[in-house]
Amino acid sequence: MTTTTTQSPRAKKLGIKERYSYLTRGLDWEPSYQPREKIFPYTDYEGIRIHDWDKFEDPFRLTMDAYWKFQAEKERRLYAVIDSFAQNNGQMNVTDARYINALKIFLTAVSPLEYAAHRSYAHVGRHFDGVGPRIACQMQAIDELRHAQTQIHTISHFNKFFDGLHDPWHMFSRVWYLSVPKSFFEDAMSAGPFEFLTAISFSFEYVLTSLLFVPFMSGAAYNGDMATVTFGFSAQSDESRHMTLGLEIIKFMLEQDEGNVPIVQKWIDKWFWRGYRLLSIVAMMMDYMLPKKIMSWKEAWEIYFEQGGGALFTDLARYGIRLPKYHEIASAEKDHYSHQAWSTFYQYTHAAAFHTWLPDAGEEAWMREKYPESYDRLYAPRYAHWGAEADEGKRFYNNGLPQLCQVCQVPAFFTEANDPTRISLRTCEHEGEHYHFCSDGCRDIFLDEPEKYVQAWLPVHQIYQGNCGGATVPEVLDWYHLNGGADNLDYKGSPDEALWQSWQASKAGTGT
Amino acid sequence: MALDIKTNALDQRRQTFAHIARRLGEDRPASRYEEATFDLQPGGAHHYRPTWDPAHELYDASRTGIVLADWYVLKDPRQFYYGTYTIARARMMEAAEKALSFVEKRNGFAAIAPEWQDTIRFYLLPLRHVEWGANMNACSITDLGFGAAITQATMFTATDRLGIAQIIGRIGLIAGGGQALDEGKRVWMDAPEWQPMRRLVEDSLVISDWFEMFVAQFLALDGLLYPLVYDLFDLAGQAHGASSLSMMTEFMVDWRDEVTRWIDAVLRATARESDANRDHLGRWFAHWEQRAAEALAPLATRVLGEAGIDALAGLRGELAKRAAGLGIPVGQ
Repeated sequence: MTTTTTQSPRAKKLGIKERYSYLTRGLDWEPSYQPREKIFPYTDYEGIRIHDWDKFEDPFRLTMDAYWKFQAEKERRLYAVIDSFAQNNGQMNVTDARYINALKIFLTAVSPLEYAAHRSYAHVGRHFDGVGPRIACQMQAIDELRHAQTQIHTISHFNKFFDGLHDPWHMFSRVWYLSVPKSFFEDAMSAGPFEFLTAISFSFEYVLTSLLFVPFMSGAAYNGDMATVTFGFSAQSDESRHMTLGLEIIKFMLEQDEGNVPIVQKWIDKWFWRGYRLLSIVAMMMDYMLPKKIMSWKEAWEIYFEQGGGALFTDLARYGIRLPKYHEIASAEKDHYSHQAWSTFYQYTHAAAFHTWLPDAGEEAWMREKYPESYDRLYAPRYAHWGAEADEGKRFYNNGLPQLCQVCQVPAFFTEANDPTRISLRTCEHEGEHYHFCSDGCRDIFLDEPEKYVQAWLPVHQIYQGNCGGATVPEVLDWYHLNGGADNLDYKGSPDEALWQSWQASKAGTGT
Repeated sequence: MALDIKTNALDQRRQTFAHIARRLGEDRPASRYEEATFDLQPGGAHHYRPTWDPAHELYDASRTGIVLADWYVLKDPRQFYYGTYTIARARMMEAAEKALSFVEKRNGFAAIAPEWQDTIRFYLLPLRHVEWGANMNACSITDLGFGAAITQATMFTATDRLGIAQIIGRIGLIAGGGQALDEGKRVWMDAPEWQPMRRLVEDSLVISDWFEMFVAQFLALDGLLYPLVYDLFDLAGQAHGASSLSMMTEFMVDWRDEVTRWIDAVLRATARESDANRDHLGRWFAHWEQRAAEALAPLATRVLGEAGIDALAGLRGELAKRAAGLGIPVGQ
């Protein structure tokens, strides 16, 4: 008999904070039958020193009862909208079928990252020593599963009508440009728990999310896609929790030990650049793929990174943290980023699972207004030339395979920050092999951890080595499960376009 | 009489995603569970080996001795994806919430015979630490397991176990405030009756094969602990006026009934596949069931007196029968 109370005392009401503390932090104990370092083996090897895990401030005090209740309510509402969208053929009300190409990129490049986040947050949600971060990470782990699954369920309806959405997970693991998001996330997942949180919770979810998640959701709102934008609104409160965790974990590391500052700074530098390169595809989506545009990539960069990020880093300066290295290069590239990415996909449209096109007159006027420094001088002439060639029946396809950056895996198409007519290429030698990079940022990342990046599965190298279904383009496309003539090539003349026109005709009462 | 609302009937190019159609054998409409589950874990080449486990790939089937030709045979008969899962739990929690507030408002716990109140505090409150261990194990399987079918269900189990730990915590607050939880933790750390259990939980946290962890936690330990605590201890409490406790632990009883369907489906499909799998499952079950029985024996005796050991033996017999029914070799 170890308890001595014989009368049940009427429990004194606890305050919210104390109650939360009893129901969560109180669960943990100091193990004595197994050594602590065997139960939590991964929190030492990165060099981050934590002296007191209890100092971690829980970013949201959610107990499971409240979590189930709120989330179930959100799910009920979201699925009601998804069902009604399908029942009423909401896909017919988007601005233009070209918009669907943004969804193709979203489903094949972003949704798989939600899934990867689910598994990696389960990893850190098991392995952080402190209860606070462990529970916060577990909640994010299950949230990320939600996002992957609700995205599938939302976009499933579009797949019934449009091409390019039919085999997203297969494509994610094979198609050349999708190795960019895949390698990005696997880089984070394969890192230690503190670097992972710096990469995803802080750099990605906190610093860059307005430039990734938000443009897709705003794009949906602007283009009449009520299903996807409802998903976006439904995920918003999850995302704010995730952002709070990102900021909290950074401050926690910085406050725990001064020795952590240079390590964290190095990771911020790396993951800023990694994330920024990943965003090249979003930049192109914003400027070229949305029939009704939200804002230009350049404006988004100025608002969300230069101003928003600037304020954040001013706040972090008191910990000895400065703006990420090469942020000025990113700002110098803002006049060119989306145009160079779109030009590349235009040339390789035969090998992509979405359609491309040249901007029409109205879009060109918009480009001129948004990009007075660069559009008319550099990109309009290129499109005019390609347009003329296409009119003559000689639509330009690039049949060479591009040089990929060893780190970000984007084809080396970016130009020098101070000279937009020269391709930016960097190289280095490591153990007798030559490696190629798109930038100093990527080269620095390689040099810091070459043993990691030499492992990269580079799609172009793999094609040349015969690991991708064969030596010819059709064989490789088959291996990708890409339906030639439907998923790829110009929007003009595509089955998507034909379908859209038949819907427009039937709406106008002129079709069958 | 049915009304006939005319809608736009459009021709569809396809009914579902290609990877689902390949699994269904034809392109036909798929369920939300199927679309949310199949092949979600990326295959193909992975770029980098994890720095925390360089011997394996990020997703690696060889992290367990169990071998399955297709890991998506481990389907969840509850068809839980995130939406159906949270909606099911919100419903159960609503009922639990009513029970907790009913008991609290009417001071129902005080109606229990005083010495049995002590017994409840002794056997129930430390269980929230067992649940916390189960949460970590479920989370670990989600991390290291193979295929989205099993790992999504273990993710849901991880949050289930945190939720149950918190329900026990709330019962503790009703049964004596923060002090009762502090005392429960002291018992967990020091009381001799609890030490074999704490040792078992800590040992389970470091099991290296995630499927062995699944057997140890969900079949062996939970398979004895849940019926002992929520059926037999609860029944014994009825003679001491403990019906208010039964109301507050109804969530756990319902949950056990539901989750057992999933656990059994996973084990049945795994055992069905090969002798080698059956061999692993049999060995793991024999080892951890014995450990679980030893860890529960002092608690059974403490709560049920001399009848405790017999009661536990009865539960072991039923569990062995359940395991054998799943195709797991028992007692060889």
